[in-house]
Amino acid sequence: MSPAIFDIGYLVSASLFIFGLKRLGHPRTAPQGNQLGAAGMLVAVITTVLLIALGGEGLHGIPWLMTGGVVIGSGIGLLIATRVQMTQMPEMVALLNGLGGAASALVALAEVTGRVQENHMPTSAVELSTVWIAIGLSALVGWSTLTGSLVAMAKLAGGISIFGRWIDTPSWGPPWLNQAKAGLTGAVLFLILLTMIFPTNMFLVWMIVILSCVLGVILVLPIGGADMPVVVSLLNSMSGLAAAFTGFILNNSVLIVAGSLVGASGLILTIIMCKAMNRDLYDVLFKSFGGGGGKQKLTRTKVGSDPDEVAMILEGAQNVIVVPGYGMAVSQCQHAVREFAEILREKYGTEVSYAIHPVAGRMPGHMNVLLAEASVPYEQQIEMDEINSQFATCDAVLVIGANDTTNPVARSGEGPLAGMPILDVEAAPAIIIVKRSLSVGYAGVDNDLFYLDKTMMLFGDGKDQMSALNQALKEA
Amino acid sequence: MTLTLSALVASITLFVIAIFLGFELITKVPPTLHTPLMSGANAISGISIVGALMLANVQFQGTETSTAGWYAFVALILATINVVGGFAVTNRMLEMIAGKRKGGGEK
Repeated sequence: MSPAIFDIGYLVSASLFIFGLKRLGHPRTAPQGNQLGAAGMLVAVITTVLLIALGGEGLHGIPWLMTGGVVIGSGIGLLIATRVQMTQMPEMVALLNGLGGAASALVALAEVTGRVQENHMPTSAVELSTVWIAIGLSALVGWSTLTGSLVAMAKLAGGISIFGRWIDTPSWGPPWLNQAKAGLTGAVLFLILLTMIFPTNMFLVWMIVILSCVLGVILVLPIGGADMPVVVSLLNSMSGLAAAFTGFILNNSVLIVAGSLVGASGLILTIIMCKAMNRDLYDVLFKSFGGGGGKQKLTRTKVGSDPDEVAMILEGAQNVIVVPGYGMAVSQCQHAVREFAEILREKYGTEVSYAIHPVAGRMPGHMNVLLAEASVPYEQQIEMDEINSQFATCDAVLVIGANDTTNPVARSGEGPLAGMPILDVEAAPAIIIVKRSLSVGYAGVDNDLFYLDKTMMLFGDGKDQMSALNQALKEA
Repeated sequence: MTLTLSALVASITLFVIAIFLGFELITKVPPTLHTPLMSGANAISGISIVGALMLANVQFQGTETSTAGWYAFVALILATINVVGGFAVTNRMLEMIAGKRKGGGEK
């Protein structure tokens, strides 16, 4: 059968990816976009299997091994996708992304190993240079995506547990690290040139693999935790590029198209996310977070309040704004928060809205997902720019597990938070903060908000404190 | 099957056009959708499953297993996790965001 027929299958698949990505960008069409993407992938896989079986090569070898690979992969994929907690979603995306990068890099490795083992070298200079450059670039981007994603994942989790011992992820970034990154990239590119001169030298290939792995680690290691979403998005763009390079190795159109689509749209998304956080992509990547990344020592104290006092303050409130943060995700108290809003509504007819900071939690949209899980209507979740003017006119603000996104120090233009847009909680007449302690947030900066006279602190686990507060409200 | 210069140029054309298309495809995305979009795009980058399938077939010739074949086999597993896990988790996120948003009020 003519190979052109299979190209039509790939064309259908690529079109489905294009429509899928387009629709993923709009709230109404997003679920459909995701399904279109999945359909595109199915078409691509079926086309490939048919191409192998009917298009010349023939299904030789061990088909059950291929089936087995797909079955094992699907099983693991489905298992982690359904088991993962919503709080761990960002880590999950980082992990999947790393696996994608590794898959592309392994395809490149399999190609070069197979060709060297069987002494099956390209006959023309065009083919040799194309295939070997693509193998090198796919390895560079793929392996660094893998190690970079794993570091990003550890950073999002705050640390990793090795044999039961918890080890905090370090932020380490000496000034010479940028030169080291440039040097490593240069070295890998030089090695790729060398592989074209010595195409059968596997030592060069393994050097590329090792250096790329190191590059991925030092690329992500110095970047502060608050910027991690941007980094994961950038790594996503890189894994797309790695797939596109494997397309050049195998001379396969759908790999090239899908890979470069993800590479480009991933980069645009990264830039959009940077804008939402008022950060510059260059600063995120190359200006490491304030020196040693040491956390500020606390010098002030604040007396905690109890739920009954807070319930008194809330008596008769007409307008209350809830500011959720990562702490809400950790203590899983979104249901208690919704209950809080319902009690207020029934008792005093209070209007409750939720202020969503673009980077609240560990990933954009993190809070929306959690609140949606607790059936909070979408219309009550209001974005930062829209709600900031309402803080001054509301009766009280309930901050639940948020810290850096409310810290007024961001306006001062100094320190790690400088220039980050914040929620204007400070302007509210009464502030209730539910938090474990006065400890600093992700950026490691003390928060003036805690020490204001109008601020009441409810110290403790989010879920416990919210249920205590709900109880006190019911009895008030 | 040798790669000709014209086939290479055709591939590069495809690459460049797809990159331009990718830049144009995403313009304004509400922050709510940043994570699902990233996760969905990430699942699409699991397209290397196609490459893994092709190589797993080529490298496992006959009954003999080769090192390269095993690399391709591992690549196949990883790519499948990326694809299946990616689309499934995106679907789960979107269901939570969109599914419970009753009665419109959509911008």
